[in-house]
Amino acid sequence: MKPAPFAYKKVRSLAEAVALLGENKDARLLAGGHSLIATLNMRLSAPSLLIDINGIAGLDGISHKAGTVEIGALTRHAAAERSDAVAKHAPLLARALPHIGHATIRNRGTLGGSIAFADPAAELPACLLALDGEVDATGPKGKRTIKAADFFKGLFETALGPQDVLTAIRVPAASKDTRVGFAELARRHGDYAIVGLAASARADGKGNNSRLADVRLAYFGVGSTAVRAKKAEAALASGNVDAAVAALDLEPQDDVQATGAVKKHLAGVLLRRVAMQLLEARS
Amino acid sequence: MSDLALDISLTVNGERVSERVEARKSLVDFLREDLALTGSHVGCEHGVCGACTMRVNGEIVRGCLMLAVQCDGATVETIEGISDSGEVADLQAAFEQRNALQCGYCTPGMIAAAQDLLKRGDVPSRDAIREHLSGNYCRCTGYHAIVDAVEAVAQARAGGKK
Repeated sequence: MKPAPFAYKKVRSLAEAVALLGENKDARLLAGGHSLIATLNMRLSAPSLLIDINGIAGLDGISHKAGTVEIGALTRHAAAERSDAVAKHAPLLARALPHIGHATIRNRGTLGGSIAFADPAAELPACLLALDGEVDATGPKGKRTIKAADFFKGLFETALGPQDVLTAIRVPAASKDTRVGFAELARRHGDYAIVGLAASARADGKGNNSRLADVRLAYFGVGSTAVRAKKAEAALASGNVDAAVAALDLEPQDDVQATGAVKKHLAGVLLRRVAMQLLEARS
Repeated sequence: MSDLALDISLTVNGERVSERVEARKSLVDFLREDLALTGSHVGCEHGVCGACTMRVNGEIVRGCLMLAVQCDGATVETIEGISDSGEVADLQAAFEQRNALQCGYCTPGMIAAAQDLLKRGDVPSRDAIREHLSGNYCRCTGYHAIVDAVEAVAQARAGGKK
């Protein structure tokens, strides 16, 4: 189908974008557009104005400083996938990025857009949650920072207000003790996951006595947002993978891809795969 | 300040083009309807099927998920440009020889996506070929012949360099 008519404005500054959002209550921001334009084409959404933020300087780019990796909201998935800084300092993102859509999607889709859209089956919101990351947003009252745990509120619902523009995401840089794991099950590579799991932990101790601490398991595709499985985290930290699978505190609903029972089973399968990744020594 | 239609200038297959387009018009519809470049096909119109795969500023994109107005100042290459230059002549021949197309609807997108992989220069594994073409649906061939064709061209190009 074709979208309903809308106006289009390419802005050159954040202030301009925030002001236009204030003047046009049903305006939408256009970044990569790879979720937005699909919904426009299907007429699931019919905004009066698209505010194209692709021309705002300084909203893309990846930096590593002071133990933190910061990624500008307009950074394309493909750019992050090719980034040495992401590969070295944000290994969970490096593992997750190839699973996002297809080459054409990753060339245009943005990290900020994926986080702001907050699809419950998307990879990056779960990664942000697993890494205890945060986002920067700019609105009419200026800039603020929101922790991942406070950001994802519900189905496609975030802490962003109607005039907020997400400008960057930040995750802690990996140290030599950082362990990460990522796995997802999808019918076709690049589709939204039936179930997926992004995980981080800290290796505690050395060699054969190595154990995991600060285990964070963030599932996607099992609820209205990415969700942590906190009971399983505790069990995995004690070193018992079987107990962690048994403790999985998830209540997935049936959807078009699978029943809740199948998803729960697959969550256990993924936990075993990811546990093996977490227990591998970091090279 | 903003409008329902805008003037854009871009380069399409090497030619400068200036047109007035509706803001809501997708890049692929602009190319097909306004420029009569009908090689890029419209399948699902929501970024799933890959029939509209083309190059913008050297990178493959989905023409249904970009607006024409976003391409002001851009360099667009459609299958017409990519094939007229001879860049994919060997891929086209291999698709024909190996029956890698039946109805042909997906073929322009398949060729554009395959060339994106092959222009990196190495010989990809069959798994890597499948992964790179995972965003392009073919409802006729079952993909096996397409992977055969892409693999054969990759090997031939690598052999030709020695």
